[in-house]
Amino acid sequence: MSGNLLEVERLTKRFAIGGLFGRGRFNAVDDVSFKVDAGQPQILAIIGESGSGKTTLARMILNTLAPTSGAIRFRGQDLLGVRGRKRRLDFMREVQPILQNPYEAFNPLKRVDRYLYASATRLAGAKSQKARDEAVNDALQKVGLSLTEVKGRFPHELSGGQLQRTAIARALISSPALIVADEPVSMVDASLRMSIVNLFGRLRDELRVSILYITHDLATAYYVSDRVIIIQKGKVVETGPAREVLIHPQHPYSVLLKESVLSPDDVGQGAWEGERPRPPSQTA
Amino acid sequence: MRQSGRDNGSTVGPHPPPEGAPALSVDNLRAYYLTHYFGVEREVRAVDDISLVVRRNEIYGLAGESSCGKTTFLKTVAAAVRPPLSVIGGSVQYAFLDRDLYALNPAKLSAIRWRRLSYITQGSMNVLNPVRRVRESFIDFAYRHMGLKRRPFFAAVNEHLQRLHLAASVLDAYPHELSGGMKQRVTIALATICRPEFIIADEPTTALDVIVQKDVLAMIREAQQQIGSSMLFVTHDMTVHANIADRLGIMYAGRLVEEAPTADIFANPKHPYTAHLVASLPRIGEQSRKESLSGAPPNLANPPSGCRFHPRCPLAMEVCREASPALTTLAPGRRVACYAASPLVKPSPTAERVAGATHRAERVGLVQ
Repeated sequence: MSGNLLEVERLTKRFAIGGLFGRGRFNAVDDVSFKVDAGQPQILAIIGESGSGKTTLARMILNTLAPTSGAIRFRGQDLLGVRGRKRRLDFMREVQPILQNPYEAFNPLKRVDRYLYASATRLAGAKSQKARDEAVNDALQKVGLSLTEVKGRFPHELSGGQLQRTAIARALISSPALIVADEPVSMVDASLRMSIVNLFGRLRDELRVSILYITHDLATAYYVSDRVIIIQKGKVVETGPAREVLIHPQHPYSVLLKESVLSPDDVGQGAWEGERPRPPSQTA
Repeated sequence: MRQSGRDNGSTVGPHPPPEGAPALSVDNLRAYYLTHYFGVEREVRAVDDISLVVRRNEIYGLAGESSCGKTTFLKTVAAAVRPPLSVIGGSVQYAFLDRDLYALNPAKLSAIRWRRLSYITQGSMNVLNPVRRVRESFIDFAYRHMGLKRRPFFAAVNEHLQRLHLAASVLDAYPHELSGGMKQRVTIALATICRPEFIIADEPTTALDVIVQKDVLAMIREAQQQIGSSMLFVTHDMTVHANIADRLGIMYAGRLVEEAPTADIFANPKHPYTAHLVASLPRIGEQSRKESLSGAPPNLANPPSGCRFHPRCPLAMEVCREASPALTTLAPGRRVACYAASPLVKPSPTAERVAGATHRAERVGLVQ
């Protein structure tokens, strides 16, 4: 018993950049290591600007992208060993994604419940329609919705917050141990943002699900997460308990990130000047 | 105090800011989506009886949750109205026009677009044509409006890019070679190249991360000050408004519910919805629990009676269910539509006309 739910060790993903600029190589994720403890459910925030490799990291943890080097172990088992339908489904039962944009995550021409039922059948092993209804309803109740609200609805009939909560409910159907949430609130507007973030806190406390919360929003990361990892250009630059790191960032990049966060407290003047934009370092 | 950043001479641009001179006045504007499918008529009241004034040289922020009609309002004041959206009533007056925006013929409208009124649309980094270089996008968007020959045109473009701290080499790039933040900056450069008097910006920073967002906001601010234009700035992110807007209007379900200088909105919100928006902002260094609003946003095709916020409102009273409150001026520059905020707030006389709207639209031929 290793005691680690997820163990990421010296993970690197290298992409080749095509002929236009000559053969180039680019490390999207560069030597990243971290662990998520199995005994203590937690919300681990992974923070970085766009293009810092957050999504690549998430895709590798979800086992949809193979790492160039390094290893990811889930409950002690290397993800490279997850082959074949049965093992894959077992893995998917335990690790579930939530995507960035709820409006795009669901096919607009299909009813939303279709996704919920498919998850119930394939991952939760619900055989009869009654069992499926039950599994789906249970999951929806956990996020504050009910089957009657969602059944037969198309994505455009639900609000953004309802859709994102439905997406979270879908992920919960198989009772996963780990949820990988890739920017789950960046497309949701401010008043709904807190309901999603509060929901994550509840999932951790009540359902004991660990959440990998990938975001560029430092304020919500501070609000909800236990630990943070700050990555810049694929490299981990700072890691530690959320409150400590976000209040007293040490690395210059973390300091820059924190300074860039607009605070509602600066309000006021309304005549914020900002700094002069940095001269563009590159055009590509 | 609020104006301190603007008054330092040269950055103000061609127009000295006469405090209070309106650049845009919107009066009782109503714009509904009217659809008629399979024998079912629907009207979605996305903009319902909005009146506001944007003063010269100010950034007017408009906040509200998704699907509250922010974008529809912008489309309406930008004269970018396409069916099924139609303007049912009200007027839109720009200071640079001698008549109502909707009294213009298409040729006149096309002449003011981009040159005097520019519109940074939602997801605007995708307006750049993916198969043409940025240089060609500049030609497509601005060449005709600038009325310059090629060489002076590109000289002007280069000068403008320089002012906004963009390298001239972006002109030779294709959009896919630029990062999201760069594309957004190029779009802002495109929108400001003709030095328009009025800029409309719809969520220009929503898809950007914090570092880029700050730079882009600084650039918007700088561009707006350099050319001395007025701006209508829409986003749902209150922290962005806190940092950029001079005055703030809060929209809920197609109506304006509160309007005040930005600092007042944050320090002393009157409307319960505004109070919720302000209170729910997470801050680094603060651990108190933030509650989210219960309930779902109202369906605009069938909005709740009376005040549209009452089903979700913690302060709802009997009168809220019955009659819609009028947006009432409580103090200079401070308007609110909530019975709980002040006894001065009375039911709105214009809200009653809503029921007849479709019939009026039928008369003027907007619906078959």
